[in-house]
Amino acid sequence: MERRKFVQLTGLGAGALFLPMQFMGKDIPVEALLEPGMDVAIKKQLADIALNTARSLGASYADARIGRYLNQYVFTREDKVQNVVNTESFGIGVRVIANGTWGFASTNDVTEAGIKKATDQAVAIAKANSLIQKDPVKLAPVESYGEVSWKTPIKKDFKEVPVSEKVELLLSANAAAMNNGANFVNSALFMVNEQKYFASTEGSYIDQDIHRIWPTFGVTAIDREAGKFKSRSAMSAPMGMGYEYMDGLESEKLEGPAGLKLYRNSYDMVEDATIAAKQAKEMLTAKSVEPGKYDLVLEPNHLGLTIHESVGHPLELDRVLGYEANYAGTSFATLDKWKSGDFKYGSDVVNLVADKVQPGSLGAVGYDDEGVKTKQWDLVRNGVLKNYQAIRDQVHMIGQDESHGCCYAQSWNDVQFQRMPNVSLEPGKEKYSYKDMIKDVKKGIYIAGRGSYSIDQQRYNFQFGGTVFYEIKDGEIVGMLDDVAYQSNTQEFWNSCVKICDESDYRMFGSFFDGKGQPSQVSAVSHGSSTARFNDVNVINTGRTV
Amino acid sequence: MAIYTKEEARKILEKALSFSSADACEINMGGSESGNIRYARNTVSTAGHQSNQTLAVTSSFGKKSGVATIDEFDDTSLEKVVKRAEELANLSPENPEFMAPLGPQTYAESNSFIEATANIKPEYRAQVAAKSIEPASAKDVTAAGFLNDSSGFSAMINSNGLFAYNKSTNVDFTVTMRTNDGTGSGWVTRDFNDITKFDADKAAKIAIDKAVMSREAKAIEPGKYTVILEPAAAADLLGNMAGSFDARTADEGRSFMSKDGGTKMGMKIVDERVNIWSDPLHPDVPTSTWNGEGMPLKKMSWIENGVVKNLAYSRYWAEQKGVDPVPFPSNFIMEGGSASLDELIKGTKKGILVTRLWYIRSVDPQTLLYTGLTRDGTFYIENGEIKYPVKNFRFNESPIIMLNNLEELGQQVRIDGNLVPYMKVRDFTFTSLSDAV
Repeated sequence: MERRKFVQLTGLGAGALFLPMQFMGKDIPVEALLEPGMDVAIKKQLADIALNTARSLGASYADARIGRYLNQYVFTREDKVQNVVNTESFGIGVRVIANGTWGFASTNDVTEAGIKKATDQAVAIAKANSLIQKDPVKLAPVESYGEVSWKTPIKKDFKEVPVSEKVELLLSANAAAMNNGANFVNSALFMVNEQKYFASTEGSYIDQDIHRIWPTFGVTAIDREAGKFKSRSAMSAPMGMGYEYMDGLESEKLEGPAGLKLYRNSYDMVEDATIAAKQAKEMLTAKSVEPGKYDLVLEPNHLGLTIHESVGHPLELDRVLGYEANYAGTSFATLDKWKSGDFKYGSDVVNLVADKVQPGSLGAVGYDDEGVKTKQWDLVRNGVLKNYQAIRDQVHMIGQDESHGCCYAQSWNDVQFQRMPNVSLEPGKEKYSYKDMIKDVKKGIYIAGRGSYSIDQQRYNFQFGGTVFYEIKDGEIVGMLDDVAYQSNTQEFWNSCVKICDESDYRMFGSFFDGKGQPSQVSAVSHGSSTARFNDVNVINTGRTV
Repeated sequence: MAIYTKEEARKILEKALSFSSADACEINMGGSESGNIRYARNTVSTAGHQSNQTLAVTSSFGKKSGVATIDEFDDTSLEKVVKRAEELANLSPENPEFMAPLGPQTYAESNSFIEATANIKPEYRAQVAAKSIEPASAKDVTAAGFLNDSSGFSAMINSNGLFAYNKSTNVDFTVTMRTNDGTGSGWVTRDFNDITKFDADKAAKIAIDKAVMSREAKAIEPGKYTVILEPAAAADLLGNMAGSFDARTADEGRSFMSKDGGTKMGMKIVDERVNIWSDPLHPDVPTSTWNGEGMPLKKMSWIENGVVKNLAYSRYWAEQKGVDPVPFPSNFIMEGGSASLDELIKGTKKGILVTRLWYIRSVDPQTLLYTGLTRDGTFYIENGEIKYPVKNFRFNESPIIMLNNLEELGQQVRIDGNLVPYMKVRDFTFTSLSDAV
């Protein structure tokens, strides 16, 4: 594995939050966030310098991405503001095909000279590598879109909301946690705006303005006498939304078991922090789970991570083909299984779709980072494996002639490649609430929120924890559990799915930091689902004495 | 070229500082050039070059601070960035944990920059890839690998008279070799400051041999086994312990290092043969001799004869506790023994050889319990010999338990900028089998 280039930001609970270095830009004053970026006409001129230079050096294809990435992060703990960070990153990345081989170079010197130099480097790299190239790059055709634009449909731009309002909200959440029995609380707000301009020799000039937001916290309760501590993290989800996600609308709240509140497209941070503190205290004395087989009722903010790891990753075509063999790994979902046309990924009720268009999702964009218009497509239908996730240079390897539009680079500084779109479990067609999932379970566990997660490099064997666990006995929730993790095999697990709640329970889980590639890049992705039940899953006890 | 010399950097930093009118001002600058090649399916896939430079100004009035950054270093830009930082400081809330910049410090001269690494060209990277791809093809094996080289500098100055400068180079290489029948996989990792120490042929051979040896692995029951962890496997688990050496979370009662309202400082927590220290001047793993706030990094013991010798104290927390600040280290070095891998295997009656661990995640921060899987070469040892490859396992284990169950330490190897020995450990907990190759 390559060296971990992580910078540790302010700790969130006992498990500190680690951000990859690439996620950081340079610091700027808050008011600079509101400064308009470069005029689109100038971006076009600059991009054309790259495209023309590449052509003149013999490249058969070139694209240029001019990116301005504005981020604001607010960190607090208890009654203190720890840090307010405003960053900006601006530069250009140039990708070329010369002699049938990819080359890429990037620079933050966005001048004619700087762009020419970077393009020169990209072509030189392509030519040097073409000597060992065996399979010349073949691109699926793409429409020439001309000059187009796309924006995340936000209601409130985080850049226009005063920092003081954000700080006040976090400190209110912290106070709510402390007043309800927490010993420590760390909270944070991450807000991202990607202003991306894409141009390619295919004739597209695409200007996009993308927004994402993630409020989160870690609440810790300590029993000093017993020498124990427990943390409960937020039930929020990172979203492809504006600051309106923080409104805490009653209409977007759902009731869970044992007083749990769950959130759809609007988040009430103060309410969640209040519940979190009480639950963190309760965890200190919760019953340690008896290992064995249980029926699991998995809430969407938990199930999303399981979908991510056991469906999203194994169906990335570049993994299946071996392009990620040296890092993230390959996949059990091999081409022969797909070609058979009857590979049962899951039970009949399991329908999994990929998309880059779902409103409010982290993956939603108008066009991907190689100028392909985005869409939705089936991965698994009625339990049967139907398709993968593929981009322009690989989709021909599965006999398809249209990219799925899921190419992404985390910044102008990094080369774009296939990244996971939103991958979601379709809601069930029958009218079921979470109570219907529980009522006929004899011995089960209800799990909400994300926890520890680990899966092998071909995505067979996985182990997941969660945020909170409740024991189900004879159709009733009987109390909180601790030390729970479930271990299963992907195909076995999805085939044990017996029931899925209807669309009234549907909501999204998300991750800001899906990692892949070398050099490693992060990507933000959502996974929607309704609460679902999986029968007879192996649960282990993770308690230890040291 | 984004690599400035010490004098060039000092001149820019002094110029920038001359524009400051804040109570305190600290300026960090850095730049890097890096290149990489990525290959898979026995051919090159992507490759790139990245160049970047930046300068960050932190201005403070009382306990109010502001930060602004710029990537152009002409006088006008420098003045603008300093004024922006000051404007932002005036608008910021007070940080009760604000610490004034450090005064002048003395740093040892680091040896982390090697000219040969800074001079790597695209053609060299392509040759490295070819040295994996050609022998792999000859053995019915497919290579996927990555080489990344970088050179960079960092420098800082502050209004209390501190100046620091360092430049460094680094190269990281990994390759995974998979047999074309899909039943075997091998892997190797190498990292250096000095590219001339890298033998691409030898590294590729190790991974190919492991791939071929690991074909058609047998399933054996999960459970507690004696394991020989190669340094790459051990390093990942040890690296995960690092965060628990923070004094503040220990004092706050929310860390493995918490104990009876205090910390485990001075307590024996692992086998007495365990000695772990850090040393930025170690010739095999050199790093910068100062950290981002200008604290000198020196040789420092963390675990001595199994006893916790030091925890890391931020400047703020050290002041609260009335102790000297202790910065987090830039590398770690674990004492090894003289045994080679072959000798460790020869001395093992029954056990499992683990090449590397994968997807390690915290399960319980209280006990430092981690889960993850073995990957790319797991073998059963009996009566001093490797008998056959075995299927990969999922483990649930704590590095603390692992270091208490130590049987023997072998030779040290550089891994990810650290020095880690081969180690033989009894009762390592494997909880399930994986079909992954």
